[in-house]
Amino acid sequence: MTPFDIRGTKRRQIKDRIFSGFVWALTFSCLIVVFIILFYLFEKGIGSINWALFTKGPKPVGEFGGGIANAIVGSLIVVVVAAIIAIPLGISVGIYQADNRGKRIAERIAVAVDVLQGIPSIVIGIVIYVWIVKPFGGFSAISGSIALAIMMLPPVIKSTEETLLLIPHTLKEAALGLGASYYHTVRKILIPTGMGGILGGCIIGVARIAGEVAPLLFTAFGNPAMVFSIFKPVDTIPKVIFAYASSPYEDWQRIAWGGSLILVVFIIILNTIIKLFENKWKVQF
Amino acid sequence: MKNRWRILENKIFVRWLTIVSLGTMVLLLLFFITLFVSSWPAIKANGLGFLWGKTWDPVNNHYGMYPFLVGTLITSFLSLIISAPFSIAAALFLGEYYPKGVIPGIFRNVIDLLAAIPSVVYGFWGLYTVAPIVSKIELAFHLPAPGVGIFTASLVLSIMLVPYSVSLIRQVISMTPVNLKEAAYALGSTRTEVITKVIIPSNISGISAGFLLSLGRALGETMAVTILIGNSPALPHNIFSPSYTMASVIANEFTEAVGEVYTSSLIEIGLLLFVVTTIINLIGRLIIKRAIA
Amino acid sequence: MKHSIFKNLALAGVLAIGLSSCSSGGNSSDQNANADADKQLLGAGSTFGNPIYTKMFSEYGKTSGIQTNYQSIGSGGGIKQLMNKLVDFGASDAFLSDDDNSKCPAPVVEFPTCLGAVVLSYNLPGNPELKFTPEVVTGIFMKTITKWNDKKIAAENPGVSLPDMDITVAHRSDGSGTTFIFTDYLSKVSDDWKTKIGTGKSVNWPDGELGGKGNEGVAGIVKQTPGTIGYIELTYALQNSMVFAQVKNAAGNYVKPSIQSTSLCANGDIPADTRISITNANVDQGYPISSFTWILLYKEQNYNNRSKDKATNLVKELWWMIHEGQAQATPLNYAPLPPKAVAAAEGVLKSVTYDGQPILQ
Repeated sequence: MTPFDIRGTKRRQIKDRIFSGFVWALTFSCLIVVFIILFYLFEKGIGSINWALFTKGPKPVGEFGGGIANAIVGSLIVVVVAAIIAIPLGISVGIYQADNRGKRIAERIAVAVDVLQGIPSIVIGIVIYVWIVKPFGGFSAISGSIALAIMMLPPVIKSTEETLLLIPHTLKEAALGLGASYYHTVRKILIPTGMGGILGGCIIGVARIAGEVAPLLFTAFGNPAMVFSIFKPVDTIPKVIFAYASSPYEDWQRIAWGGSLILVVFIIILNTIIKLFENKWKVQF
Repeated sequence: MKNRWRILENKIFVRWLTIVSLGTMVLLLLFFITLFVSSWPAIKANGLGFLWGKTWDPVNNHYGMYPFLVGTLITSFLSLIISAPFSIAAALFLGEYYPKGVIPGIFRNVIDLLAAIPSVVYGFWGLYTVAPIVSKIELAFHLPAPGVGIFTASLVLSIMLVPYSVSLIRQVISMTPVNLKEAAYALGSTRTEVITKVIIPSNISGISAGFLLSLGRALGETMAVTILIGNSPALPHNIFSPSYTMASVIANEFTEAVGEVYTSSLIEIGLLLFVVTTIINLIGRLIIKRAIA
Repeated sequence: MKHSIFKNLALAGVLAIGLSSCSSGGNSSDQNANADADKQLLGAGSTFGNPIYTKMFSEYGKTSGIQTNYQSIGSGGGIKQLMNKLVDFGASDAFLSDDDNSKCPAPVVEFPTCLGAVVLSYNLPGNPELKFTPEVVTGIFMKTITKWNDKKIAAENPGVSLPDMDITVAHRSDGSGTTFIFTDYLSKVSDDWKTKIGTGKSVNWPDGELGGKGNEGVAGIVKQTPGTIGYIELTYALQNSMVFAQVKNAAGNYVKPSIQSTSLCANGDIPADTRISITNANVDQGYPISSFTWILLYKEQNYNNRSKDKATNLVKELWWMIHEGQAQATPLNYAPLPPKAVAAAEGVLKSVTYDGQPILQ
């Protein structure tokens, strides 16, 4: 049947309707799944949110109550330190990539960044265990942060590169023409101009690592106590969810639902910030 | 004096950028070397039989990863097959039917929310919602009804793949040349015909690359699968059987593997995951780059 | 102007976070930080003992100020992390095999902390209390008995209505001392098990069984899934109101696992190195799947630049566990150590040294 087949028009139109109907139905079922999951998380999570969840550590096994204050602090430490490591490195690579656009070396680095993004997080955990945990004789928040920093690099690199490419060449050339050094041009002109986009990339990166457990299992390990050191093992919210999720203790499950809700809300807030400012952050002239 | 400092500062900066950027490639190389060296004792001890050895028996120091390989492949492909119709439909909806507008914009953001939920939360949610339903299905078929197993893990994994596949495929199909589509419409084609005869055929390589990259993600997915797969190092009998995947066996056993060969066998599984996902990513990116360019 | 102030603030903020996070842990010359570090102990291993250990450490911390981070990652994990010198002590429900002992970089000593029972917990409609013979237990875990209404189960349980359901077996996915105790028992009661599967912290299970991480994981599976049976420590079953079976012991009596029936198995002599298996004991009213659970540490505590204070804090805490700490056992359904075991454990702890000098005088 070709498009010229007039006699089949009716049938073709019906077919078109059916096909569109399928597209609609399947797309809607995706949306419904999102709402089912979020609704369930809120329903289960809201009930378990209380003051103790944010202020107390875990109780001995089998005792009622307790919270995840230690894991909240641990998550903050691990993620913030990961961001401190990843952001300067990521921005630097992004600048280099934007400057060398089209060159062979830049293309190879771009491939490396893509591959880096695709490495299963558990494998990163193994490598960091071999590199850092074992030789330095201890599980620590910092080893977890390094593993997460590696996961965070690709989005930061890519958004920096894309943002800088949007900045008109004339701006850079004007600065260089006025005698500013390359370093000053980047620091005083390019980065401030592209700040929005770069920041967006950093937030995407944080959203990506905030819920990770796999690379932390053998690096940040766990700790029922509240610790403010990067050289000690720490608990993180996703790790607590993993440990409690499959347990028989209803009180642990309750805490895990609360933790899940906190985590998901945090990540959704980050995503919303990115979406809300997506357009404002685009370089505009 | 100040001038000299500025020149030096500039030099250091340029050098720093180069070193850090080349560092990304070095990092990958170091990953490979580290994994390879650490799994060498296992490679030596297990030989090639590691790949199709059917028993994983740490007590007798006998390591074969075939059950994990099978578990990983079945789970990943099943989840890809389940998610494919949804991903294509949503990608067409957002990329072809309603590429612009407020409501499709909201739809896109809502689907993106799926990517915001951490893996471990998917696993936890699946254990309390999906597994009981699957358990009832199993009972209806007179099968053992643990609820967890390949099917449950694949179902939840398929949900996790949707946002990823959708964004890749949408990107590809939105690159279809407008004149191609307009020519087809001008000939009197319905939208369905434009989609099935122009958009999909002309982007088939890009769409497959999108699925390939999603597969790469499914292979390495750890936490949700670990919670839902059932952790059974035996060959599955059917798609409801409990099984094990490469990533989840590492997650469960790495902290406790005693002895060089045991630890190193787990790292060898990690090495294989690394190599396979790297190859998949290289091929996928290459095809997509060609498709978009 | 405003812009640069904001930027400087942001920069200062980042620096402050960086510095504070470094100074709180990294400054090793700081006396206070050092003393704090000496008061933080890290242990890992047995999930069998997790309920009592977390309780003991929490109680001990209240009076001594020692902060003990105990991670229940499984006995296999405890041994491995001790071998890698990444923890201060390991905990295991299986004493070190000679093979594992030879893999340790330095001599390791071990002592029991309490006794527990491994119970067979199941999830059936109505939750009847069942009786199992060793043959039935072996049959279920070897998959020769696959239905709940199998004749062999029914024969021992007259009057109980057994459902026509498949038996789903849950075992441990991680290296586990609980698995060791259970398979040690099965190897003693069944030659078939001994030759085909054997004893170990993780064994090559028959097909199609579910794996759960930790006692927590197996208990979670059993509690959630009808038709499942799994082996867990008594406390987990009691704390989660799960039912468990009576098992016929070597003396021919059906015994319900309890503190008493566990203690009865441990009244014999204890060797100086405390390595003893008490499963399948021929005791009239003793529960046959009982065991000690051990803590492992290096005999010489001066390694990895550990301070003497830290080593002393560790040994003192362990000493407390086998004395005052025993009061925590009964409320949590563990059996306290019998006097002979306490004496043996004291001997072990007294042999622990720092630079060759005994830590406890």
